[in-house]
Amino acid sequence: MSLRTPLRPLARILDARQKGENPDAIERENRRLRHEAERDKLRVRAESRLLLVAVCFLAAFCTVGYRMAALATSEPVEPRVASGSGDTILNTRADIIDRHGRVLATNFATNALYAHPHEIIDARAAADGLAEIFPDMDADALHRRFTSEARFIWLRRYISPEQEQQVHDLGEPGLLFGPREMRLYPNGSVASHILGGAGFGQEAVNAAEVVGVAGIEAQFDSDLRDPARDGPLQLSLDLTVQAAVEEVLAGGMALMNARGAAAVLMDADTGEIVALASLPDFDPNARPRPLTEGDQADSPLFNRALQGVYELGSVFKTFTVAQALDEGLVDLSTMVDTTGPLRMAGFAIRDFHSYGPEQSVTDVFVHSSNIGTARLARMIGAERQRAFLDRLGLLEPTGVELVEAGAARPLTPSRWGELSTMTISYGHGVSTSPVHLAAAYATIANGGTRVTPTLLRRDAPVLGERVISEETSARMRELLRAVVTDGTASFGEVEGYSVGGKTGSAELPRPQGGYFEDRNINTFASVFPSDDPEYVLVVTLYEPAETSGPEPRRTAGWTSVPVAAEMIRRVAPLLGLRPEIEQPPVSPLSSSSN
Amino acid sequence: MTEIAHGTVIVQSGEAVLPRWWRTVDRVTLGCILALFAIGILLGFASSPPLAERNGHDPFHYVIRQAAFGGMALSVMVFVSMLSPTTVRRMGVLGFFAAVAAVALLPVFGTDYGQGAVRWYSLGFASLQPSEFLKPVFVVFTAWMVAASQEIGGPPGKSVSLFVAVMIVGFLAMQPDFGQAALIVFAWSVIYFVAGAPMMILFVVLGLVGLGGVVAYNNSEHFARRIDGFLSAEIDPNTQLAYATDAIREGGLFGAGLGEGSVKWTLPDAHTDFIIAVAAEEYGLVLVLIIIALYAGIAMRSFFRLMRERDPFIRLAGTGLVSLLTLQAFINMAVAVRLLPAKGMTLPFVSYGGSSLIATGIAVGMLLCFTRTRPQGDIGDFLLNRHGRT
Repeated sequence: MSLRTPLRPLARILDARQKGENPDAIERENRRLRHEAERDKLRVRAESRLLLVAVCFLAAFCTVGYRMAALATSEPVEPRVASGSGDTILNTRADIIDRHGRVLATNFATNALYAHPHEIIDARAAADGLAEIFPDMDADALHRRFTSEARFIWLRRYISPEQEQQVHDLGEPGLLFGPREMRLYPNGSVASHILGGAGFGQEAVNAAEVVGVAGIEAQFDSDLRDPARDGPLQLSLDLTVQAAVEEVLAGGMALMNARGAAAVLMDADTGEIVALASLPDFDPNARPRPLTEGDQADSPLFNRALQGVYELGSVFKTFTVAQALDEGLVDLSTMVDTTGPLRMAGFAIRDFHSYGPEQSVTDVFVHSSNIGTARLARMIGAERQRAFLDRLGLLEPTGVELVEAGAARPLTPSRWGELSTMTISYGHGVSTSPVHLAAAYATIANGGTRVTPTLLRRDAPVLGERVISEETSARMRELLRAVVTDGTASFGEVEGYSVGGKTGSAELPRPQGGYFEDRNINTFASVFPSDDPEYVLVVTLYEPAETSGPEPRRTAGWTSVPVAAEMIRRVAPLLGLRPEIEQPPVSPLSSSSN
Repeated sequence: MTEIAHGTVIVQSGEAVLPRWWRTVDRVTLGCILALFAIGILLGFASSPPLAERNGHDPFHYVIRQAAFGGMALSVMVFVSMLSPTTVRRMGVLGFFAAVAAVALLPVFGTDYGQGAVRWYSLGFASLQPSEFLKPVFVVFTAWMVAASQEIGGPPGKSVSLFVAVMIVGFLAMQPDFGQAALIVFAWSVIYFVAGAPMMILFVVLGLVGLGGVVAYNNSEHFARRIDGFLSAEIDPNTQLAYATDAIREGGLFGAGLGEGSVKWTLPDAHTDFIIAVAAEEYGLVLVLIIIALYAGIAMRSFFRLMRERDPFIRLAGTGLVSLLTLQAFINMAVAVRLLPAKGMTLPFVSYGGSSLIATGIAVGMLLCFTRTRPQGDIGDFLLNRHGRT
């Protein structure tokens, strides 16, 4: 590149002046030259840029031509919209099955119903026809909407195949179907509180998200919706056992005039919940709305077995006695002072029945002496009692895989003093749920290792931290068995299954303070078979009254225990437990005739 | 300052106007235009009877109107192409001010014909869309300004034309008519690019557009849904786009046959925005490729003629005009094959429409005027000469 020539080069100007020429002509000439040079430069640049623009346009036209050709030679395809099936969103939510693979929750391809009013030919006939198919629809209101300016109207979120056929039969082109995946619980209300339920999340015409709203469906929502997920979600539940438990519980609740009932059946070694029932219940296919006023605990949605934290009464004595034995403070024959009432800080502890001024530890437990247990607790002390209950998992949420579990935190006294220690020893002062109780009983009875409850199937026992020794556990099993054979739970005897357990009859606290005298929570926490417990069963009845006698009886021995016994009678064979009955000698003849 | 150059055509003084015109005009482009117009009439026979029936006219009402307007448009085209570039520039600039005034006064005197956008003046017998006429004269104005700015000591033409462009885009966006606004922006950009815009600006603008698109896609659900809808393979079968796609597919290579097409019955814009679908259905891919080839032919011919043009104004104005015409044709066809999101734009000379036809006639007339063979220095020789002198 040469340097820019100046417009008025001094040498030439001076030269021109000397010659008497007009120096401006030099400037004009230079200016013209520069202009030409500039123009040439621009022109060369414009040439290449025009070429570039031309090439771009040519490429664009080629693309259009290619697309046209591709489209013209392609095969026509059926539009994949607004038809019934084949949509990719269907059946993406994983099924839920029980421990034997039976279906608890699955998906059902159905359709949502909507209308394009501008495509409706006979609005009157369409409105009347729909009102006939869906009795809750109002024909006149529909007709008004069909003749309005609206271009799109939702009519139903999902309809049954029969309803779909009936709508088809109306022959109305303005009524259209959008494919839906619907969550279906084929067993109706069985295991309703565990499954929870599902609803629609984001909804479009051609698809809708199915979202878990409660229970296990909400807990594992993202997992169940994960398209990469392989196979169904397997729970620890046993569907037949669950159904039997619910049936017996419903019968017992009616018979005992109870307001509600809960039952938890747990594998004593693994902590797997085999059945969990709470009554009243609901149908997850048509989940009721939550209560807008009053106590949520009255709603059928409320899971009493998990969310209902109450003082459960004498069933807690098991823990006090187990701790006293395990720490070597007493043995089974140690005599304990049971003279009553035991006064403490202006509070008197009384026994239901008095069995004399002094009783052995066995008798304190079997006859459920509040005074004797309180004295044992005094020997243990507040700190150690609290640590022991904590190791049993009674002071924390259970960790069961339901969204509701996290909020079901046990209630403990704000100041855990000596009086609290004594009342907690027989089950007043700490409020827990039946699931808590079942897990703690499993720990006590299974040989002394900590059990964490779960709803997912575990293939092998998880050996938890040791809480009490094998030896103590064996003693406790004997004591629990003795409660059934000689104590308050005599109705709990089930032939062949050697049931052991402990009753608890706790009075419900009044909202204003103090306790109701005629409103109890009756619990029977049982283990079976008691010599080597396989299962723990906790049955709780809320405000029961057994009315066969002259006066209503409200203790656990008369209410929860017979219900639990009937339950064991029904489910033990389903669980594959062989009754220990002395077999009459079988003659070879009759056995071969089988 | 007359440029003395070795002309490719010997200038004969005293030659009659018409023979000179015929000798110097780009006859290939002219032929392409006439062919397109003929195809437009042919397709009008197929596409417009349903509309005529709906509006209660004779079946060929719209064909006759189209032929009448087309005759006017062709006359205007030939007339304009006979003018000298300087006359075209002068008239173009005057017309530009008139057109801007007309567009600016639309909100006061315009009609919206119940379509929501105020784009038309009602003249009783016909409607007039001033933005159609604005486009070619805007190109002339911009080319004039930008070319002037390249003179030493010339006016700041680039800034002035950019300011005017932004103002016009503002008017068009108010109507709202984003399609025409986009064409105006594009025309200005191409002129600026060919006039020697720094490449840096080009890359920066491209980068900003890309970045803006990504940001908008990530932050605006509405925008993302539009793009996803456009990109997704499935389309709602009750949209114009789906009908157009079906029509193209139905036509195949050689078409369903004359009058056998069905798309004209379902598509409300069959005679304007989706005329290419009618062409594809009744005459098949063959006719579509012919149409594409005609537009591409016009574009290539004009671009190569302009590459050799020495006059900056003619070069820039011609570039702007041919770009406008070609881009409009491209957008119209690209929408039908879903290369671009739906945007109402007519297919120049083929689609039905009075003001669009006459405005396109003016634009092509100017283009033909600018691409007429004139004495040009052969660039190589010329530059060699020049460098030898300095």
